Amino acid sequence: MIKFLLKGLFRDKSRSLLPLIVVAIGVMLAVFMRGYINGIMVDMIEQTARFNTGHVKVMTKAYSDNMSQAPNDLALTNVSELKKNLRNDFPDIEWVSRIKFGGLIDVPDENGETKSQGPAMGIGLDLFSPGSDEARRLNLERSLVRGSMPDSEGEVLLSEDFSRKLDTGPAKDVTLIGSTMNGGMAIFNFRVAGTVRFGNTGMDRGTVIADLQDVQHALNMDDAAGEILGLFDSGYYEDETAAPVVRKFEDKYTDENDEYAPVMLRLRDQEGLSIYVDMSKSMGFIITFIFIVAMSLVLWNAGLLGGLRRYGEIGIRLAIGEEKGHIYKTMIYESVMIGFAGTIIGTAFGLGLSWLMQTYGLDISEFTKNATTGVMMPDVVRARITPPDFYIGFIPGVLSTVTGTMLAGIGIYKRKTAQLFKELET
Amino acid sequence: MQNNLIIKTEKLTKRFPMGKSEFTALKDIDLELITGEFSGLIGPSGSGKTTLLNIIGSLDSPTEGQAIVMDQSVGQLSAKEAARLRKQSLGFIFQTYNLLQVHTVFENVELPLLLLKYSSSERKKMVYDALDWVGLTDKIKQKPPQLSGGECQRVAIARAMVKKPSLVLADEPTANLDAANSHNILQTMEKLNEELKTTFLFATHDEKVIAYLKRKIYLRDGMIDKIETAKNDK
Repeated sequence: MIKFLLKGLFRDKSRSLLPLIVVAIGVMLAVFMRGYINGIMVDMIEQTARFNTGHVKVMTKAYSDNMSQAPNDLALTNVSELKKNLRNDFPDIEWVSRIKFGGLIDVPDENGETKSQGPAMGIGLDLFSPGSDEARRLNLERSLVRGSMPDSEGEVLLSEDFSRKLDTGPAKDVTLIGSTMNGGMAIFNFRVAGTVRFGNTGMDRGTVIADLQDVQHALNMDDAAGEILGLFDSGYYEDETAAPVVRKFEDKYTDENDEYAPVMLRLRDQEGLSIYVDMSKSMGFIITFIFIVAMSLVLWNAGLLGGLRRYGEIGIRLAIGEEKGHIYKTMIYESVMIGFAGTIIGTAFGLGLSWLMQTYGLDISEFTKNATTGVMMPDVVRARITPPDFYIGFIPGVLSTVTGTMLAGIGIYKRKTAQLFKELET
Repeated sequence: MQNNLIIKTEKLTKRFPMGKSEFTALKDIDLELITGEFSGLIGPSGSGKTTLLNIIGSLDSPTEGQAIVMDQSVGQLSAKEAARLRKQSLGFIFQTYNLLQVHTVFENVELPLLLLKYSSSERKKMVYDALDWVGLTDKIKQKPPQLSGGECQRVAIARAMVKKPSLVLADEPTANLDAANSHNILQTMEKLNEELKTTFLFATHDEKVIAYLKRKIYLRDGMIDKIETAKNDK
């Protein structure tokens, strides 16, 4: 019987081709959308993690309470000792010190007078220690526009747009005017080694990247750091990994009565990122659900049309003694076959599109120009193909085909055999 | 089967709801057919012949009275049991052939055997035999759109006959055929009736068919008007 059905299916294009195309297109869109949205979400989350939040972050309790102000007067001290302990306690996490600071960048002319000035947001990170991965993590080398990476003390990177605005560039001196950890005035000269473009409008507007030790020196923060970021070996944030780390940390380090005691926050607890983390988790489900509903409706319709076309065939099958349940089952078998075939085709095309989007990306910098969210939106969004993309399409592909057929096939049960002679003679 | 009785109806009545009232399509039909008959229900439109064919074919059930087909009371059969009766023992021939357009002649004839779960080799032999009876062994790979009306109806006969049913019900089988094809079809069915002892029951008002019937059951307004056992006067 299966062979008989297959023959009918292959030969009757309107019975197989239309549903096949609908399934293939639906699955292609579902796979592509999943990969694309997953790419955007993960990119946003991970870029934010690398630049700002880490997968977990250690700060003093007081700093954490005022985190948006980056209050370096509340920074962690004895950082080398703390990091050593953290490495022992959590060997699967990479721990890096960061200092965020704000200040004014002053560009002098040849006479040492101010030529231009601009407010800057600065990040101090470990650029020079052997084995430090920070420059790679922030993709600094590949983001260089002019000049080179800092290779000695006192050298910094400026964001390219900022540098142009201040009319300065590589090999020129700039002065940071800020405040020390103790609230004093900090004035420190740097030499611009190069300029970078982060691909993030907010950061490109005015960022200074300096070596951690230079910043510690400039801000009087010996062996201190505002934040210690913890980055998982897997390269991706996961609640399941973060939760036990935080629990273990709190057991050992947290002291409710000491506002300078270290506390640990997960990525999802910072910068309103929980919504993005939850969205990235549920996106596959949401997209799959939307496509199941939409495709089921289309395929229900296609099934009804097919049912009309096959009215005679079903009538004759009922007349010669095939049970309604059996006809219904065979229609579902057919839909499973179409569902599988359509899903394979759709998945192939969806993965192809996702690959293109992963490779070439889509420039959305125009839309993120004035973004004020704590989440760092990349200027070029890319899809991200993950293992579920290879099988996720089977859920909407097969389920919607079967659901559509089941809905359309209910008509078989409503059909009265007493009318068959009349129906089959018109 | 009792005394070779293949169909027996007793006080068979069928009413259909019609708005708030009822329309009586068949009233107190008493009828007996024995195995191997070549008979027909004759009457104008609305006389009740298709309704009676429906009930005998276990496609419908009586409102009152009973119809016993091959020792089974049609009115008491469940939908599954009725389907089983049709699958195993009944063949249907329709006015408009109702062949599956995308399937070949062979596959169309094979369909009832697939439902009966015959093996591939058995099916092949039975289909060839059936197509041989109707003279279409040279057309097995063709599809219905490539056949003439007469050939299509012969395929439909082969499909009805392939499982060697005890009873074949044919509703206006020649209505769409010209005179030559009609005679050809009727001769084929007559031959099968004689050779295989299959019982044929027609519903018709076509004089060409009536001429072939050995027993003519005239219906008028849902009742049997008269029954004639005729000589072959074709």
